[in-house]
Amino acid sequence: MSVNPTQAVLDIVNLSISLPNGADRALAVERASLSVLPGQTLCVVGESGSGKSMIANAVMGLLPRPHVAPVNGQILFEGTDLLTLTEPQMRELRGRRIGMVFQEPMTALNPVMRIGEQIGEVFDAHLKVAAAEKRQRILAALADVGLPDPELTIDSYPFRLSGGQRQRVMIACALVLEPVLLICDEPTTALDVTTQAQILKLIRELQQRRGTAVLFITHDFGVVSEIADQVVVMQTGQVVEAGPVRRVLDAPQHAYTRKLIAAIPDGQAQRATPTDELARVLQVQDLCKTYTSGNGLFKRGRSVQAAKNISFELKRGETLGLVGESGSGKSSVGRCLVGLAPFDSGRILFKGRNLSQGAAFRKEAAGKIQMVFQDPYASLNPRHKVGAAIAGGPIAQGVGKTEAMARALELLKLVGLGADAAQRYPHEFSGGQRQRIAIARALAMQPELLVADEPVSALDVSVQAQVLELFAQVRAQFQLAMVFITHDLRVAGQMCDHIAVMQRGEVVEYGETHKVLGDPQHAYTRKLIAAVPRLASPAHHLTMAVA
Amino acid sequence: MKRLQFMLTRVLQGLVAIVLIATVNFMLVRAAPGDPVSVLAGEAGASDPQFVAQLRAQFGLDQPITTQLATYLGKVVTLDLGFSYRQQQPVLKLIMDRLPATLLLTGSAFALSLLFGVTLGALSARRAGTWVDSAITVVALVFYATPLYWLALMAVLVFTVQLAWLPGFGFSTVGSGLTGFALAWDIAQHLLLPALTLALFYMAVYARMTRAAMLDVAQMDFVKTARAKGVKPGRILRAHVLRNALLPVVTLAGIQAGGMIGGAVLTETVFAWPGIGRLMFDALLQRDYSLLLGSFLVTAAMAVLFNLITDLVYTLVDPRIELT
Amino acid sequence: MKSPFWRRFTRNKGAVAGMAVLLLVVVVALLGPWIATNDPWGMVQQPFLHPWTEPGFALGTDTLGRDILSGMIYGARISLLIGAVSTVVALLIGITLGAIAGYFGGLVDSALMRFTEIFQAVPSFALAIVLVAIFQPSVGSIVTAIAIVSWPPVARLVRSEFLTLRQRDFVQAALLAGQSTPRIILTQILPNAMSPIIVMASLMVATAILLESSLSFLGLGDPNQMSWGYMVGSARTVLRQAWWMAVFPGLAIVLTVLALNLVGEGLSDGLNARLDGRTK
Repeated sequence: MSVNPTQAVLDIVNLSISLPNGADRALAVERASLSVLPGQTLCVVGESGSGKSMIANAVMGLLPRPHVAPVNGQILFEGTDLLTLTEPQMRELRGRRIGMVFQEPMTALNPVMRIGEQIGEVFDAHLKVAAAEKRQRILAALADVGLPDPELTIDSYPFRLSGGQRQRVMIACALVLEPVLLICDEPTTALDVTTQAQILKLIRELQQRRGTAVLFITHDFGVVSEIADQVVVMQTGQVVEAGPVRRVLDAPQHAYTRKLIAAIPDGQAQRATPTDELARVLQVQDLCKTYTSGNGLFKRGRSVQAAKNISFELKRGETLGLVGESGSGKSSVGRCLVGLAPFDSGRILFKGRNLSQGAAFRKEAAGKIQMVFQDPYASLNPRHKVGAAIAGGPIAQGVGKTEAMARALELLKLVGLGADAAQRYPHEFSGGQRQRIAIARALAMQPELLVADEPVSALDVSVQAQVLELFAQVRAQFQLAMVFITHDLRVAGQMCDHIAVMQRGEVVEYGETHKVLGDPQHAYTRKLIAAVPRLASPAHHLTMAVA
Repeated sequence: MKRLQFMLTRVLQGLVAIVLIATVNFMLVRAAPGDPVSVLAGEAGASDPQFVAQLRAQFGLDQPITTQLATYLGKVVTLDLGFSYRQQQPVLKLIMDRLPATLLLTGSAFALSLLFGVTLGALSARRAGTWVDSAITVVALVFYATPLYWLALMAVLVFTVQLAWLPGFGFSTVGSGLTGFALAWDIAQHLLLPALTLALFYMAVYARMTRAAMLDVAQMDFVKTARAKGVKPGRILRAHVLRNALLPVVTLAGIQAGGMIGGAVLTETVFAWPGIGRLMFDALLQRDYSLLLGSFLVTAAMAVLFNLITDLVYTLVDPRIELT
Repeated sequence: MKSPFWRRFTRNKGAVAGMAVLLLVVVVALLGPWIATNDPWGMVQQPFLHPWTEPGFALGTDTLGRDILSGMIYGARISLLIGAVSTVVALLIGITLGAIAGYFGGLVDSALMRFTEIFQAVPSFALAIVLVAIFQPSVGSIVTAIAIVSWPPVARLVRSEFLTLRQRDFVQAALLAGQSTPRIILTQILPNAMSPIIVMASLMVATAILLESSLSFLGLGDPNQMSWGYMVGSARTVLRQAWWMAVFPGLAIVLTVLALNLVGEGLSDGLNARLDGRTK
């Protein structure tokens, strides 16, 4: 079909979406406008709560009415205002002219329905196609999105597929009837970096082949840089900046855009590596850990080797980055280091002393090895006041109550929260603030080794930068040895002196940061570096050259 | 093949469970106040010294306790559940005579409760927030709070005493000499009130569960995906929501099966339905503990069997279950 | 009074109504001996008296001339007593076993779960009948029997709560801080598991009352206590002539159990808890 090449496929004009009473603001989205041309990709960028997902849902008519509803403006799709259409009319468009891909692949597919049937539904809803032809087209769609073995997949259930594979199925569903507009709501946020790279590549290819217009929602500027033609930046429901991607990234006009771009860790080591011979705090030698799952009273389970012969050293004041994707074993190693998980063989020496297993490990360490966890919403007991939570540790070690509370108040001030925070409950704080409290809690034990397990992965980019700064400050002040576990190479580059890259339980590369990132030896390291979505522009290049 | 393996494992587990319950029976007899022999003999049998001596020998009641247990379990395995002095018949025969009636009653009640419960619950979920939903919820709540025996009595009061629509007692019209289809119809008329009464409580349970499960599933991501594909609401309800919501209902049905068999005792008592439940009631009145414990063991076995069947149905319905 | 819990609770009108009825029943039960005009066992009037025909005997008399209204008042006492005590005992058993299974996991968990499954496989009412019959009916044996058949669902709930909470980061942090196991179970995990337990407790009292009345109906009630179930049971054979002897006690049971169920739903709303452990 011929379309006027300059007529926008999607034209949102002054759209406002209301929130129910009691929300933190009246409008989720306020007078937002954007245009997507055929064959183009427009990225809507923002942090959580910016309203970017709302826009995507509004276009598809999937807002949870009546609580959340559009109250103003127009959504023009090929000239027709979608807000004036009835539900049956919208149903006609969904899946046929507009396709959508959602964020969480693990829950986006019906667990008790076969893959073939789930794609077949799209046909059944819109066309009359004979069974044989339908099957052919489904197989073709599965092959198109790069799924190996379409014949096998078509009859499988979702639980057999990985996250990346399920996302491909979602894309197949969305694109099988060749819609003119594809809406992607953070489709790669829940995926590994390498999988993300593959999915982005897939979307780009499919778009180029079919000339689809793409509306892509994301929080990651790196992704924007890789795939967008146009960018719209949103902050608390308002569009603060819009324009061609190169212009916005290279010369951001609005202060918020500048702040967001500046907050992205650029992977440059910001600190001098201490060169003097300080005491060795941690030595790990040939650490091995195997998980067996599914053990019952009468049956054997499956075993997975989470760590194979892991060895490294750490001195006081130094930071080691454990970098890897999900399943690499980095979290398992982290838990072994603090004594929360037993290991099967090898040694962990803390200040020269060989630590035994399990509860004895923790006792011998006497609280000097502490951890900061990933999920700020799960790491604080919702029933305990913040002050009590921080003081609880020292009290358990024998410190007097008053002294422990005094220490807690001091630490709260140190991490940037006032002393009055001590009397409040965790749910009264934001994610970033809770991580600060978690850091204060770890510091209350006066640790010598701090293990941070993906401490900023769950935070917005601007908050992330602040928390990383706090880590750096605290590390310098207390001369802490730190093990920093992360999947984000950019963060590792900024925070760590040494990096150990892990893949499937093994350390595949280990060395000083600038060497590992600048001149990677192992193929997997190179693959990881290449997959990181970067802001490839003169003012913000990463010091990672692909070897 | 895997399914067969799974079935065999579960059957084995079921048998172990029954043996354990038999052991509990054994311990109860020992733990009861008074001489175990008189407990086994029952009120009627205890007055006959010959019978008592017979029992003492049969059960080896002067032997060490482990031998006694072995003897008892041996008897159970060979289906020798003792002798009812009062009724002058082996316990097993008494139970087997009544078993079909109970199976008919609980089977129909189970089917009725599931059918109507799921339908009403689905209707309630579909029309959530409307008067239909409120009405069904209120009715469910009331039936959920009503004791089975009282509901049965009220049913008899209304339908038999006041309206004379349905017979309130027995399995079939006594002495009518009906055969074939006429007999079946007569039995059905006698079955309707008891089955319906037994079913109503569980109907409420399944309706509430179905409603809650459907409202839950409707919030899930994959339902949103289906909507984004343009799938029609009818199909979404059937193939996506209901299909997933039925899983917890099947699990619940398995758990409730035991309750329903227990409830049969009350229903059969009120309606004079000649089943095992009624037998247990008679055994209670007559202080015939052999009969009581024997009936208990059989009802427990029935519940275990029911559980097994629902487990199997669940594996058929949920493709995620790994049958290792 | 205007805490978020009460706000959410009172938004559920059924729960408020249930609470009112429940309070009425509790008051009647507590003041029982003082407000009942007759001894429930006293044969003080002519038998088979219709309700509302004789002042002082608002609900009529039964087959032996006993005052039904007084009987119902005393019945409230015994039902609530048995309901509450057996629930507390079942909770103690269930919470202890569930917490141990959920916290320690592994073989301990498997063994305890097998044990629980055996209890759940048996039809609970039948087991209760057998227990009370063998040990001779009394308040003590009835409470024990009901507790024994009621603890498995509690144990399962507590176990699943503990299994999830055990893995939560704040528990891991407490382990790192060196807190002892009993302290972690009692101060870290249990407070977070209480909400669904409380909801379940209210439903258990309802079930216990139904169980007790069913046992009394079959003649297995404590022979010294006038209970609602007993009253219905003794009216069974005279249903045709004296409908009121069965109807009124039965209605009392329905209203009390219904009230408890409604309160349970209100608690569930108020505490933002669900019986499968997820928060709403």
